[in-house]
Amino acid sequence: MDLTIIKLYDQEDEQKIMSVVDEPLYPIAILIDELKNDDIQLRLNSIRRLSTIARALGEERTRKELIPFLSENNDDDDEVLLAMAEELGGFILYVGGIDYAHVLLPPLETLCTVEETVVREKAVESLCKIGTQMRQNALVEWFIPLIKRLGAGEWFTARVSACGLFHIAYPSAPDHLRAELRAVYKQLCHDDMPMVRRSAASNLGKFAATVEPAYLKTEIMSFFIHLTKDVQDSVRILAVEGCAALGRLLEPQDCVANIVNVIIEFAQDKSWRVRYMVANQLYDLCEAVGPEPTREELVAAYVRLLRDNEAEVRTAAAGKVTNFCKIVSLPLAVHSILPCVKELASDSSQHVRSALASVIMGMAPILGKEATIEQLLPIFLALLKDEFPDVRLNIISKLDQVNQVIGIDLLSQSLLPAIVELAEDKHWRVRLAIIEYIPLLASQLGVAFFDEKLGALCMQWLGDQVFSIREAAANNLKRLAEEFGPEWARQHIVNQVLEKINNGHYLYRMTILNAISLLAPVMGADVTKEIMLPVVINAAKDRVPNIKFNVAKVLQSLIPVVDSDVVDKIIRPCLGELSEDPDVDVRYFAAQALQSCDQNMST
Amino acid sequence: MVISDGNDGREKPLLPSENGLLSRPLEWKLSQVFGECAAGEEVQEVDIISAIEFDKSGEHLATGDRGGRLVLFERTDGRDLRSRKELEKMETSMVLRHPEYRYKTEFQSHEPEFDYLKSLEIEEKINKIRWCESTNNALFLLSTNDKTIKLWKVSERKVKKVLEMNVDSSFHFSNGNTLGQFEAHGPVGSLSNGSTSDWIGSSTVGTFMPPSNGIPSLHLPVVVSSNEFTHVAKCRRIYTHAHDYHINSISNNSDGETFISSDDLRINLWNMEVSDQSFNIVDIKPANMEDLREVITSAEFHPTHCNILAYSSSKGTIRLVDMRQSALCDRHTKLFEEPEAPKSFFTEIIASISDLKFSRDGCYMVSRDYMTVKLWDLNMGSAPVATFKVHEYLRPKLCDLYEKDAIFDKFECSLSGDGSRVATGSYSNLFRVFGTQVGSEEATTLEASRTPNRRAGHPLQNSGRNLIGFGRRTGGKGSDVDMNGGYSFSSKLLHLAWHPSANLIACAASNSLYMYYA
Repeated sequence: MDLTIIKLYDQEDEQKIMSVVDEPLYPIAILIDELKNDDIQLRLNSIRRLSTIARALGEERTRKELIPFLSENNDDDDEVLLAMAEELGGFILYVGGIDYAHVLLPPLETLCTVEETVVREKAVESLCKIGTQMRQNALVEWFIPLIKRLGAGEWFTARVSACGLFHIAYPSAPDHLRAELRAVYKQLCHDDMPMVRRSAASNLGKFAATVEPAYLKTEIMSFFIHLTKDVQDSVRILAVEGCAALGRLLEPQDCVANIVNVIIEFAQDKSWRVRYMVANQLYDLCEAVGPEPTREELVAAYVRLLRDNEAEVRTAAAGKVTNFCKIVSLPLAVHSILPCVKELASDSSQHVRSALASVIMGMAPILGKEATIEQLLPIFLALLKDEFPDVRLNIISKLDQVNQVIGIDLLSQSLLPAIVELAEDKHWRVRLAIIEYIPLLASQLGVAFFDEKLGALCMQWLGDQVFSIREAAANNLKRLAEEFGPEWARQHIVNQVLEKINNGHYLYRMTILNAISLLAPVMGADVTKEIMLPVVINAAKDRVPNIKFNVAKVLQSLIPVVDSDVVDKIIRPCLGELSEDPDVDVRYFAAQALQSCDQNMST
Repeated sequence: MVISDGNDGREKPLLPSENGLLSRPLEWKLSQVFGECAAGEEVQEVDIISAIEFDKSGEHLATGDRGGRLVLFERTDGRDLRSRKELEKMETSMVLRHPEYRYKTEFQSHEPEFDYLKSLEIEEKINKIRWCESTNNALFLLSTNDKTIKLWKVSERKVKKVLEMNVDSSFHFSNGNTLGQFEAHGPVGSLSNGSTSDWIGSSTVGTFMPPSNGIPSLHLPVVVSSNEFTHVAKCRRIYTHAHDYHINSISNNSDGETFISSDDLRINLWNMEVSDQSFNIVDIKPANMEDLREVITSAEFHPTHCNILAYSSSKGTIRLVDMRQSALCDRHTKLFEEPEAPKSFFTEIIASISDLKFSRDGCYMVSRDYMTVKLWDLNMGSAPVATFKVHEYLRPKLCDLYEKDAIFDKFECSLSGDGSRVATGSYSNLFRVFGTQVGSEEATTLEASRTPNRRAGHPLQNSGRNLIGFGRRTGGKGSDVDMNGGYSFSSKLLHLAWHPSANLIACAASNSLYMYYA
């Protein structure tokens, strides 16, 4: 028994601890008693240690006492119930192995009926976990009756939970029980409560995967068709979600006959939420459907969604445009999808354009160089001039995909103004986003272009008003140095950065110190010692304490970079001075840095 | 007397019955009174009822008050509360039984708050209550004040006692160290939440020693349930920070998953399970607030179509919205509007709709404005099917009412379960019941008091749809009389609710809840 892990309370009294340790049952006793404590944290703690309690009690007492006790304990706080549902999922070990797994079902059954969704879902998950390990006869004897009880439960919560259990028991059930289970499921699909029908719809795919093909084509499909005609939008939405899963299970011709038609109908559903779901699922379904002709039909449905009245639907559809082009033939893509893409590029909704911009670059490799230049380039350029920053950012973020196909030159003319504008956007989050893409841009555009056009921008950000931007700018310099190499960095970055240490405002000087500590590892010992270290040492005489303790921090970070004699001759004396500074923070960080010096020496 | 079972005539509630016979006007009798003031007792502001709502089955009734409390009542008749003998004795009168209620529980739903950002006081007054689907013998309801909506769970729990612990609390104190507050401890503790004991956790005790003779064996706490029940109300979700203006209504969707809340300018859609996010589906706020011409006064989901909702405006229009059409529902699908009426200074004010309800079958709506109740067919937007004048005698007094701000009073209306009648409130604690069936002349006036038909001889009583006259009251309680032609504008009956299946009306007169049956 592992008893040493028990949490001890109020450990001020030495003697008390000793006596607790002397009495091995005592901590367990406390743990058990706290299952009923007033304080939810203590109850939660006890529930999380259920396995410890179970081991202390032994398998038999766990089965006969602990589990029944837990079954009663169903009106606790949600958090406690959630923890209990989770713990019980892995409890087979503690009740005596697989042969006794069924004793765990009653408490979980109760938890399947509570009103809090997350608890029920966890209980269902744990039941599934246990069910998959149970022997066939145990499933028949215990698990299937449980499904039937829940499925006929008085409250909808039980019936909602029941839907998620069928796929566990069905494969093990003998024929007559299988028929019964299918009948129960049918009932659930026809339930009065929309919540239950929703659960039946969302679990149908899982259940269908376990059902024999003969019944799949008849019964399960009839459940599915019934759910697709539900009056509640929320049910139909979930039925759509299951389409692709069902489609994969069926033979292609059945899939075409049953599912594709339903999907096409859904694509014209009155409810935009249903169409939205179709737009999201259509690609998966197309994957599931093999033959070309059906694809043509689905593409027609897809094109309609791209031109939907509702912006939300267009947004969802636009986000899939590249994936869709991948699976249809090139002529079809050029002929039917591309015209829509052009329309979407000037859509009235910024979200649609933004979704399009995030994927459209991916179309370049699919269409090839010529078509890209002819068809896509104007769209790229238009989106780069979009009034909405997100659209522009999305284009810039995927630049590499286009670069591989047509090279960057064709874009660079439009790119630069877009970047500059974003770099000076009044919203700092936009500026931050573009900074993050600078290393990517640099690698795509090449050194020459970068030096000429973007170098100045990178320096400008170091003087931004917003700290996050300055911080990102410093980090950006480091990544550029990595990209273009130390030699380039020495020429184009280091001196420019160091010049700024003379800024009149201490916050900007601090940014430079930060940049130095980031650049040093990339630049190597020599450059650090020759060029950067003197600047730092000089800054130690700054009048602002914040700068001084940051100097201490930077020096600490430089220790591993430079040689040990540099540490001894330059860094240590400087830190020594700082450690006698009147300011307490400066002394503290100087002392920390000095400690690192010592450690460095000893290793 | 016939007790409608709620299904009767639900198919076509507003058509004359096939043999051409109209149901006769109902005779209303007092059923029950809760919270009646004793003579001379001053009514506390916080006790004034501000919302009444029956649940779907009619088994429960909830009221909210200005003090932020919810009071729940449960139906007692026909339940297993009486002994068998009593039941047998009553059998003869069974047919005539009407729903009766008893106090179930009450709890504080909202507290007064202060919004420091906007420097705004938020009253605790309950604006609306809506019942949700119940599960596991627990009741769920939404309640809202001006800003915050809360989901409450009210459950009945057996009082449980934790009998045996491994470590008896008495062992926790070395001799002479027992603190006063712990002295009374026996081994038995009981607490209302049913899952705890009053055993003090070891972590709270400064010095304690394990029993010197060790713990002989481990056992689980023994819990004994008694036959006593307690009601526990627990706030499950708080939906807040979504409304810039005052919330005037909440309404749950037939999908059991979502609900809407509306304020003066916006309607938000919530998922019951998600309290930190809502979607704005209707926004009538103009770019420039000076262009503001109307505000939303009430919003309600269709009882069966999850995608349809209706909202009313201060201009007297009702807009039907189909949420399937688009994510933002600023454009309505259908507009219900009275043909242009002659204008006067007051017409716009009194046109404002204070309450809007769907009939149970969803084919009709009733709206209440200051002077009338209107019945609308969902298929006809051009004009109401019928207009019932509630207190026409006030029309010459509008100027007076305006000066007293009474013209802005928001009266509610409520349809009977079968849709054949509508009830609404008026001043002097009067309320009226109109027959909605074609050809029905039913127009009853009742007073929320122990003698509802006291005013039977009053001119109001005889004036049906075409009521024009107004009368002068002669009798009544002294406190009711003021200088307004004998009618008291301070004792107004704003809130009432019709039982979903029986002919039972619950109405609030100030702090008292009166129930009448027929």
